[in-house]
Amino acid sequence: MDKTVNHKAWFLVLPVLALVAFSAVIPLMTVVNYSVQDTFGNNQFFWAGLEWFDELLHSERMWDALGRQLAFSAIILAIEVPLGIFVALHMPKRGVWASFCLVLMSLPLLIPWNVVGTIWQIFGRVDIGLLGHTLDKLGIAYNYTQDSLAAWITVIVMDVWHWTSLVALLAYAGLQSIPDAYYQAARIDQASRWKVFRYIELPKMAGVLMIAILLRFMDSFMIYTEPFVVTGGGPGNATTFLSIDLVKMALGQFDLGPAAAFSLMYFLVILLISWVFYTVMTNLDKREGV
Amino acid sequence: MADLTMEAPRSRLRINSSAVVMGLYLLFLMMPIYWLVNMSLKTNQEILSTFSLWPRNLTLQNYVTILTDPSWYMGYVNSLIYVVMNTVISVAVALPAAYAFSRYHFMGDKHLFFWLLTNRMAPPAVFALPFFQLYSSVGLFDTHVAVALAHCLFNVPLAVWILEGFMRGVPREIDETAYIDGYSFGRFFVKIFMPLIASGIGVAAFFCFMFSWVELLLSRTLTSVAAKPIAATMTRTVSASGLDWGVLAAAGVLTIVPGALVIWFVRNYIAKGFALGRV
Repeated sequence: MDKTVNHKAWFLVLPVLALVAFSAVIPLMTVVNYSVQDTFGNNQFFWAGLEWFDELLHSERMWDALGRQLAFSAIILAIEVPLGIFVALHMPKRGVWASFCLVLMSLPLLIPWNVVGTIWQIFGRVDIGLLGHTLDKLGIAYNYTQDSLAAWITVIVMDVWHWTSLVALLAYAGLQSIPDAYYQAARIDQASRWKVFRYIELPKMAGVLMIAILLRFMDSFMIYTEPFVVTGGGPGNATTFLSIDLVKMALGQFDLGPAAAFSLMYFLVILLISWVFYTVMTNLDKREGV
Repeated sequence: MADLTMEAPRSRLRINSSAVVMGLYLLFLMMPIYWLVNMSLKTNQEILSTFSLWPRNLTLQNYVTILTDPSWYMGYVNSLIYVVMNTVISVAVALPAAYAFSRYHFMGDKHLFFWLLTNRMAPPAVFALPFFQLYSSVGLFDTHVAVALAHCLFNVPLAVWILEGFMRGVPREIDETAYIDGYSFGRFFVKIFMPLIASGIGVAAFFCFMFSWVELLLSRTLTSVAAKPIAATMTRTVSASGLDWGVLAAAGVLTIVPGALVIWFVRNYIAKGFALGRV
């Protein structure tokens, strides 16, 4: 669709601009301000230059948190994306059952994040949780508050439980857009199930899958509430991801300088991924328009 | 005919394997939720003493506790107040903006659209401290308005993107015909355009509601007593010693209710909403 050039459209955007500027730009400027200063309390600030950034880049704590974060994001993507596609391929195409599946699958997506944490905190407990109790009865040692491997598994299974449906729903939306004629042509050519998937379904899903992967990466990259409720970042620092570490630093210890420097670098990473996301989106829109 | 008889058993087999996969997946999804509901219907004593797959002595006492104790039910009221405020603000300012993005080219439109996206993607953890200081300094700390405005950070961009996705599906000819018929922009927008994208507005409002409802970090940071959301009330109970599992489970179940009530109406738009109006 070709749009007309109209600079007066700015007036329509103005309310959004004012509101988001108030809730994004001002706080961000505060962060920039803190990141180059040092304080000894009493609201007295001293110019610190790039000291905090320098310190941060050499701090083991930050790199460890980043490493854990990347590992977490990689693992959940590796599980959720194939599983989501697999589920989408087995969803009923239409009718009451399709609606039924859609509703039940969406349910975890709409649960408040702290309740997701609470659900799994209870579910995994050895004394009162179904999962923990069953594992215990089977003779498997499992205690997510003591053992870091168990904590990791719990957090990952929780995220898979929480978000796989999102990947599945997006993949399903992509599958729905494939005309029946494609499948008929494939049947005439006697294409195998795998070939239908590889040469018809996967290319048609590529756009939405890219969105799904980016969304999942982004949201897992800033995950806070769920692991915080379940493990509190522990045992030790085993499940302390970037956001948890940042909140600990900023609101727990009130280390304004390092926390601000941390925030800015965090934000730059997000900015980079957002840009990739945006490029994918606009390409997708263009392809649709043709 | 021969082809049909070949086809029939195979397709039935495929339907069955699909049903098995879906059944297992849905079982995996529902089990933790079932466990929460199960626990919310037991007494605390039963939870801790016996392990049972369903409540032996069914009790609604946990729900009664929540619905009669102000420190509990006010959490829901507070959450609802700021969530509704946020939804109204977000959709109201997003409507004209989304129209501008879907219809016109203007200076910096692409940059602006991208900048909005970065705010949707911004980690709340980055904003927690500056928000705390900003709202404290203007005297809005511990008010519903503060949380509603803070959540605009990610909900306004979300609403703009979703609405833009719906608006681009409305043909431009409708706008042009209305202008030729002598409609002013305001009257056209309210009388003709908004009814056309009514489902889009519903979906955008639903997602603003949802994302504000599920968020904990900012709402907890910006409130202490007067506007304390249910999510924060729940985490407080977790850290207390000798906690009441039954009440905690009941509180959790009650937070799922708003989503579960409207989910049927938005079932076909869930993917679209989460993907920011694309798909």
